[in-house]
Amino acid sequence: MLELASVTAGYEPRRPVFRGASLTVAPGEAVGLLGPSGCGKSTLARVAALLHRPDAGRLVLDGTEVTAWRHRAPRALRTAVGVVFQQPRTAADPRLTLADLIAEPLRATGRKGEAADRVAELAPAVGLTPELLTRRPHAVSDGQLQRACLARALSLRPRWLVCDEMTAMLDASTTAALVAAVETYREQTGAGLLAVGHDRVLLNRWCDRTVEWRDCLPAEGPPGR
Amino acid sequence: MADPRTHRLRLWTSALVVGAVVLAVLLVPPLVQLDEQAVDLSRKLLPPSWEHPFGTDDVGRDLLLRCVYGLRISLLVGLVAALVATVLGTAVGAAAGALGGWTDRTLMRLVDAFSSVPHLLLGIFVVALFRPGVWPVIASVAVTHWLSTARIVRSEVLSLRTRPHIEAAISGGASRRRVATRHLLPAVLPQAGLAAVLMVPHAMWHESALSFLGLGLPSHQASLGNLVQSARSSLLAGDWWPTLFPGLFLIVPTLALAGLAGVWRDRLNPRRRSELML
Repeated sequence: MLELASVTAGYEPRRPVFRGASLTVAPGEAVGLLGPSGCGKSTLARVAALLHRPDAGRLVLDGTEVTAWRHRAPRALRTAVGVVFQQPRTAADPRLTLADLIAEPLRATGRKGEAADRVAELAPAVGLTPELLTRRPHAVSDGQLQRACLARALSLRPRWLVCDEMTAMLDASTTAALVAAVETYREQTGAGLLAVGHDRVLLNRWCDRTVEWRDCLPAEGPPGR
Repeated sequence: MADPRTHRLRLWTSALVVGAVVLAVLLVPPLVQLDEQAVDLSRKLLPPSWEHPFGTDDVGRDLLLRCVYGLRISLLVGLVAALVATVLGTAVGAAAGALGGWTDRTLMRLVDAFSSVPHLLLGIFVVALFRPGVWPVIASVAVTHWLSTARIVRSEVLSLRTRPHIEAAISGGASRRRVATRHLLPAVLPQAGLAAVLMVPHAMWHESALSFLGLGLPSHQASLGNLVQSARSSLLAGDWWPTLFPGLFLIVPTLALAGLAGVWRDRLNPRRRSELML
């Protein structure tokens, strides 16, 4: 269970982007979160991925309450959630080849030995050819780079996947291929999914249920609060 | 950006001058086997001639030889001081930017404290603590020049820290150390390297200023600052060469170094950066 309860988060002290957002994803469930841009849904996704410490509220991952974020979070908890960001350009280190990019989490967690096999296994799953794996981010398209970013998020076999507008930059065929890759992974492992986006048609088809951003927030209090 | 032709001209002139200077300071001393300290009072203050292309100084020493030896010392001081200052500045800036919070505030207040004292004054203070020599001068230049690098590196690290690729690394289980050494440092190194090259001319001027004030290298040692200093009295008597040539030896190589750094900086703009894989 991935449970976000009454989360308040923002980037400046005492000026939260949103207050009291709640959302629950059951194991193996795919939940789509719909909302207009700038409402804070990406921030909520970052809280769920342990990348942003909320000002208030709780995050419970598989029964463990999360009390530390980013580097302070225990590695096992951090790597239990895989993240795919909206813009592959900024989400990829420009110095690494796609193969190194996908293998980076394995190397970072001291499992260098498995890296080559895992890359060989993931590349066809996300539709990357061996030739593309030798290129660097500047020499591939956004779609190809996003495929590599998805492979990187899957490389440690996370129990949860957070996709923050994963396909917003991409064409229809790449979108379909990436969604299919995520679904294949979920069928194999039973991982849960939180997909954030504003494409209602896509999220309705992709996910078991979709949630409107306003339904995550508490009901409006009396005016002047 | 300047048009390609002036750009290329600047690159090649600078490269040529720097190349010639490096060759001269590396090859002349071992090859010619002349003593730049050799005094010959019968030949004092001779104007430029075939025998002494730059003339001689007030005790009859050959100025061309002394200029080359002076440039050698100045270049050595400049390079080592710039290297020390860059390493120090990068370490402090990266620590402040990557760790944040109290570490950041403390380190940056330290930088502010150092920069609030005029550079030359701080430099003189450091030199005054030791006996005259090359190392105190290098220390003096390094202590006063790491501040801007620390600021540049810190701001680069701060802007990189919130980039999704760093977040992806954290999410992939990377430790602080791995993020710093694998993702942050390689990204700021081009900037730090550029700062280092730009600092070399600056450090050379600083050394000359200290020597000119009589606080740098011992006055018998040929350094560009010492040469200009000892030539001051003869300039008033109308002998121009002891001041002109050391002055040119200071200005031309430092301009060429700055020119090379400028070409590098132009190539560092973000679009070119991804092409060059810096």
